[in-house]
Amino acid sequence: MSSAIDIAAAVQSGERSAIEVLEEHLGAISERESEVHAFNLVTTDQAIAAATAVDELVAKGGPLGPLAGVPVAIKDNLCTRGVATTCSSKILEGWVPPYDATVVTRLAAAGAIMVGKTNMDEFAMGSSTENSAFGPTRNPHDLSRVPGGSSGGSAAAVAAGFAPISLGSDTGGSIRQPAALCGVVGVKPTYGTVSRLGLIAFGSSLDQVGPFANSVAEAALVCEVIGGHDPGDSTSLPQAFPAVSEHLSDGVAGMRIGLITEMMGEGIAPDVAKRIRAAAEWLAAAGAEVEEVSVPAVTFGLSAYYLVAPAEASSNLSRYDGVRYGLRVDAPTTGEMMELTRTAGFGDEVKRRIMLGTYALSAGYYDAFYGTALKVRTLIRRDFDAAYERFDALLSPTSPTTAFSFGDKTADPMSMYLNDVCTIATNLAGHPAMSVPYGLGDDGMPVGAQVLAPALGEVAMFRVAAALEGSLS
Amino acid sequence: MSIDLSVWEIVIGLEVHTELATRTKLFCSAPNEFGGEPNTNIDPLTLGLPGSLPVLNEQAVELAIRVGLALNCTIDRSVFSRKNYFYPDQPTNYQISQFDLPINGEGWLELPSGKVIGIERAHLEEDTGKSTHVGGGGRIHDATYSLVDYNRAGVPLLEIVGRPDLRSGDEARAYVSELRAILVAVGASDGKMEEGSLRVDCNVSVRKHGDAELGTRCEIKNINSLRSLGRAVDYEAERQIDMILAGERIEQQTRHWNEDEGRTLKLRSKEQADDYRYFPEPDLVGLAPSQEWIDRVREALPILPAARRHRLCERSGADTAQAALIVERGLDDLCLAALDCGADPSRTITHAEHNLSDPKALELDPEMFAKLTKMDADGDLSSTQTKTVLAELVQLGGDPGEIAEAHGFKAMDSGELDAVVDQLIAENPEQWQRFCEGDPKISGFFVGKVMKATQGQADGKVVAGLLADRVPNAAKE
Amino acid sequence: MTEPTSPEPTKAPQTTSERITTEQVAKVAKLARLRLTDEELTRFTGQLGDVLEHAADLDLLDLEGVEPMAQPIPLANVFRKDVPGPILDRDEVLAVAPAAEDGFFRVPPVLGESE
Repeated sequence: MSSAIDIAAAVQSGERSAIEVLEEHLGAISERESEVHAFNLVTTDQAIAAATAVDELVAKGGPLGPLAGVPVAIKDNLCTRGVATTCSSKILEGWVPPYDATVVTRLAAAGAIMVGKTNMDEFAMGSSTENSAFGPTRNPHDLSRVPGGSSGGSAAAVAAGFAPISLGSDTGGSIRQPAALCGVVGVKPTYGTVSRLGLIAFGSSLDQVGPFANSVAEAALVCEVIGGHDPGDSTSLPQAFPAVSEHLSDGVAGMRIGLITEMMGEGIAPDVAKRIRAAAEWLAAAGAEVEEVSVPAVTFGLSAYYLVAPAEASSNLSRYDGVRYGLRVDAPTTGEMMELTRTAGFGDEVKRRIMLGTYALSAGYYDAFYGTALKVRTLIRRDFDAAYERFDALLSPTSPTTAFSFGDKTADPMSMYLNDVCTIATNLAGHPAMSVPYGLGDDGMPVGAQVLAPALGEVAMFRVAAALEGSLS
Repeated sequence: MSIDLSVWEIVIGLEVHTELATRTKLFCSAPNEFGGEPNTNIDPLTLGLPGSLPVLNEQAVELAIRVGLALNCTIDRSVFSRKNYFYPDQPTNYQISQFDLPINGEGWLELPSGKVIGIERAHLEEDTGKSTHVGGGGRIHDATYSLVDYNRAGVPLLEIVGRPDLRSGDEARAYVSELRAILVAVGASDGKMEEGSLRVDCNVSVRKHGDAELGTRCEIKNINSLRSLGRAVDYEAERQIDMILAGERIEQQTRHWNEDEGRTLKLRSKEQADDYRYFPEPDLVGLAPSQEWIDRVREALPILPAARRHRLCERSGADTAQAALIVERGLDDLCLAALDCGADPSRTITHAEHNLSDPKALELDPEMFAKLTKMDADGDLSSTQTKTVLAELVQLGGDPGEIAEAHGFKAMDSGELDAVVDQLIAENPEQWQRFCEGDPKISGFFVGKVMKATQGQADGKVVAGLLADRVPNAAKE
Repeated sequence: MTEPTSPEPTKAPQTTSERITTEQVAKVAKLARLRLTDEELTRFTGQLGDVLEHAADLDLLDLEGVEPMAQPIPLANVFRKDVPGPILDRDEVLAVAPAAEDGFFRVPPVLGESE
């Protein structure tokens, strides 16, 4: 399988047709999708129509976008006009969005071909894709293990070669963690750099859309295509996405990189920690100043996150009530109808978080829970800011372990939440971070290195990620 | 019974929701229009579709600032919050409103009587859709099902929360009337209560004069006119006083005004407050209007009703009641322009108060109006003649001198009038005798005769004076 | 709304360390329009308690004078011009609605009062 960049070049030059590229990927899907289950829906007909349109454009001599003819898989919480969008939840049964998410529009304008909607943890709540109402996705590297989550389908789709690139969303690690577990690159951009319009909300002040790809360069290109100001999203920053592609080969010589102490100790599997130390050593060898740095407040990230994200989610998900769209369970009154619909439509994890969030916001508890968590966000941001006064980028594991087995953590939600321990603080701060594969653990499964940067520090982040990627080839 | 106001004090605080006169909704570009086919002014945000996001309408903020400045409020940095509650009218099951940080803080409004009413805040929020309850005669509790229309959902509202400074139904009406005049003056609202552009929730409590504490209040909803407001307040105050006199405790309730039955009915108890789980709306950013913006809005504000009343009083000597009426009719500009043309102040106000209720009066030429008041004041025309000329001036325009002449109205010299009076006394000795004896009914006889003889050119007051002059001194004692 | 409705519970927690009770979970479920079986109530109470117990580490922090951060970006005054935009096709929307009638969304009878 070739990279998105190679495909676009080949399609643009007429060397390959978009249809040919599409058929190759549809072939891969039909071969392995039944065992991986990366998709909720494969949009074969729409993909053929879109690829045909690209080929017609090639025949006419353009203009062609930077992703001309590149197949892309889209997480099923991104709205796609005329194509069912489910969030892997029964509650959205029968709903078809009448509009495209901004990121979907931008990908299409760049010539990308959507091949399907990918599986996920219901409403992006989970770290294993086991919380999908439509059954879990399997890790293409070992089908007995989870792909991570919540964007497990998008990570698996790229790892399995179903599409060279895909989109996910990251609220507390939902792009980076599955990228690490599936051995692909995953990027959570700075909050506000990628539009959330058409992204079905989970935790609005934390959610950000980002790409999966097999290489840092492809991920950079996708960020540049989907990023930049969108007047339809009030939290969208009024500027273009940082020009990362042109700095990928800048190297790390002279850069200051901090290894986060709090993310290298207790709770981190020794084989994972070993790979990250190796990454740090290599960066130092490549000319970077690498030092350990303490970011104390990040240890409180998990607690703050599991108050803030559920609080926002409890409100964001109240619209699913059986009145206007999606599932309805009939009942004698509207009140009962709403209750029965929500009870039947949401899975356990979603219910847990709705209740947790409702509790955190309820009268008399707001200050102790939600209010406290918002102050902890300030502390986390403050500690990161202090670290970034001394460092251009930070380094840590993405996930404390490699991919675990199905059912390992489903009985105990808290053990599942601990998977997010390295990724969550970034979302609370609104900063960018990405996961880049850095070898294998003792079990032969991929390990991801997380590169973190200050807000809008994507250029530094991508330089470090590209250097790490280069060290393995 | 009626309320013994020497014992009881009624305390009223009003919350007025006004729909802002924007073209589009508060957070999306669907049209803000009244009426229309159900569910036609809808877009993804209006329906709360997954993935939709709010973006604040700049014009709604501008209008909110206008109202805030007109109500002497502070214009503050504000934050939108979500108010969470499940109801099918509310497409997301949360309302975006301003909670702890409203755009307009503390302010005040001056009633025509001169009384000042405090404004606690005036904040932006979105309206809900509307449900129609089908079956059971449209009554909510007996309905077999309900139909929901989201056309109104997301329409910008400004909720103006007044202090409990009002003390009677009449005062409450005056407050809403004044508020409506201000909203219309600044272009924030069309002020139509019947279309729901202006909705009044009324908090009423009672206490004895001298009590330091406020009584337990009840909130009355569904007040659709100024008339209902006065009636609802009076009914509710009486109900509460009756309860207290009967030794009962007032329960904090939300009550519904039933216009047909003329009474308030309990909707629900408010003793257990709802848990709305307010929190900052993460899909919107803060709102902090710049000083330049506020100054620009302030400079562009029209002169407001209270200032217009004060100006009129100062320039013309009108009393507060006259000024209130004239300003309400929008005739103050005409009066002031007429005064600039040398009009007689007293006659100007009298005519504006009594003789200019026709809407066409607004187009009156101030110069001509001024000329008429001078003719009137100088005694060139009788009061009847003046009214006739003024009515024609309003309907057809023209010059009052020419109109008077065309009617054959002219100044009667007093000698001519003296002769007419003397002749009538001579012709009607019996009646004159009764007049001299002080029979009040006979005065009209002579005035009428004089008017007839002079074809209405005589001034009634002058005639009365002439008659009085002719009564022999002995008869006066 | 007259004043911010902020009813105090009988005993407000001063810290996050207090574990949640089944009564509280039942109340929260009702607020969130979720119906729980007895088994779920017990299980969820335990699981939510675990999360809150973990969150008790926040009690260790000195948050005196720390500003809350509701949003990660420093934007303010983001506006849209007051210009009408595209609207949705009613038929398309009602076609995927659970129940519709005469251009309206249809729901079972509503008990209680509109806001």
